[in-house]
Amino acid sequence: MADKRPAYSQLVKDIRAGKFVLTGELEPEKVTGLEEILVSAKAMKPYVVAANVTDNPLAYAYMNSLVPSWVVQKEVGLETVYQMTVRDRNRLALTSDVLAASYLGIKNILAISGDHTVLGDNKGAVSVYDLDSAQFVYMLHKMIDEGVDVAGNEIHGNVEINVGIAANPNADPLMPEVLKVGRKTKIGADFIQTQTMFDIDKTKEFLKEAEKYKCPTLIGVFPLKSYGIADFFDRFIPGVSVPTELLANMKKAKKEPDKEKRKQLYDEVNLEFFRPFIKEVRKTTSAAGIHVMAVMYERIFEPLLEAF
Amino acid sequence: MIITEQKPMEEVQEMIAPYEKLFIVGCGTCSTSCQTGGEDEVKEMTEKLGDRVVGWAMVEDPCDLRLDRRDLKAYKEQIADSDAILVMACGAGVQTVGTYSKKIVLPALNTLFIGETERLGKFHDMCKACGDCILDETGGICPLTRCAKGLLNGPCGGQVKGKCEVGDYENECAWVQIYDRLKEQDRLDLFTVFRPPRDYSKKTLKMHHYF
Repeated sequence: MADKRPAYSQLVKDIRAGKFVLTGELEPEKVTGLEEILVSAKAMKPYVVAANVTDNPLAYAYMNSLVPSWVVQKEVGLETVYQMTVRDRNRLALTSDVLAASYLGIKNILAISGDHTVLGDNKGAVSVYDLDSAQFVYMLHKMIDEGVDVAGNEIHGNVEINVGIAANPNADPLMPEVLKVGRKTKIGADFIQTQTMFDIDKTKEFLKEAEKYKCPTLIGVFPLKSYGIADFFDRFIPGVSVPTELLANMKKAKKEPDKEKRKQLYDEVNLEFFRPFIKEVRKTTSAAGIHVMAVMYERIFEPLLEAF
Repeated sequence: MIITEQKPMEEVQEMIAPYEKLFIVGCGTCSTSCQTGGEDEVKEMTEKLGDRVVGWAMVEDPCDLRLDRRDLKAYKEQIADSDAILVMACGAGVQTVGTYSKKIVLPALNTLFIGETERLGKFHDMCKACGDCILDETGGICPLTRCAKGLLNGPCGGQVKGKCEVGDYENECAWVQIYDRLKEQDRLDLFTVFRPPRDYSKKTLKMHHYF
């Protein structure tokens, strides 16, 4: 099904043209302004074809992701991947937002479950999950490919959006995750973006297992801006462990008292780890690209991606 | 079975504060098995509340209107004399006692779930009474109940070694359990089936069932 859907977005056009694509990530927080997002978007624009805009990540109540997705496209000219979780909205609200996104010229939606509300900053909130992420992909398929909402009611106008899904190659056991991804690709996913990867073997294993679904996959990497972030990742992101040596090197860099030198050391540690990682993914796997989650760490894009 | 837990005594005290005279009703079925509203617990509550209690009774099944009529008949005067009835049963029991008596009813318990009893005091959440059972497709494990997100097409990305990110990795990931069970039964084809969105109107529209 994915092959039959036209490439509406530049991201999917590039993927289908066989380019090794790079995407970035923007995270609107608990703010009423978009200055920082726009600065970040401008900084990453030369290196990526599109940038994801996160939707209440880790179930923290932030600015919605649709407005920044639109503003970044309009003000910066950088295509966005509008992330939508099914945690905070029932099928009516999801439909409304997809229609609004269509009007605003959004060309990519990443359909995800979203972290459970008990992990977030409003722990008492209800987790909606009226649809799960697979059913949301199904809803998007109905809207995009058949011109109806999930209940079969006609939509006036076209929804021209490509659909991405998430996958977690860190999952242990892996096979339930692989089969789930397969289930979603069959419903109508145009691309996959993975959870943060540090382990090249797990990355390769997932790609090999999921190859049969023929869905272009962007491997997620998360350059670590500071030791604090590295430590947080290691401890709190499900299934993600930062390699011991990388974590130790980050810790060592943290000890540098001079701020500028410390930044430089952090960059060196990251480049030493991620340059070969990305190179290996590109050279030896079927991955379609890399999703670089360098949130508020745009200075790493140039040295990290100059080879592309 | 309907699994209940006793509300903290401070909460019960606060709830009953406006009422001077109380009648207590216990449950002879689920709440007895849960040791939350059986005869022992009713007596204990009576002792704690002292003179305010004008009477108490056990109903075999307080959620059954016929049994409320049968078992509370002998206590009509005491019930009439009370300001409120403290019901040590599940939410269905509390409401049915309210329907029967027309009195103010107060819940002494919190109703938790429809569950499996492993042994006394050890219960597992099993069923949300969703009204549209799919256990035949999911290896006899209910994802709606046992997956924290109630996903019908899981797992999500939040499982580590088969444990769920919700609840500090103490609970099993229902979807990994479903995978394992279906694999054992050589029915993994069921795992790859896509389950379309549920029709929640079925449950919402039908509150009264006449069979």
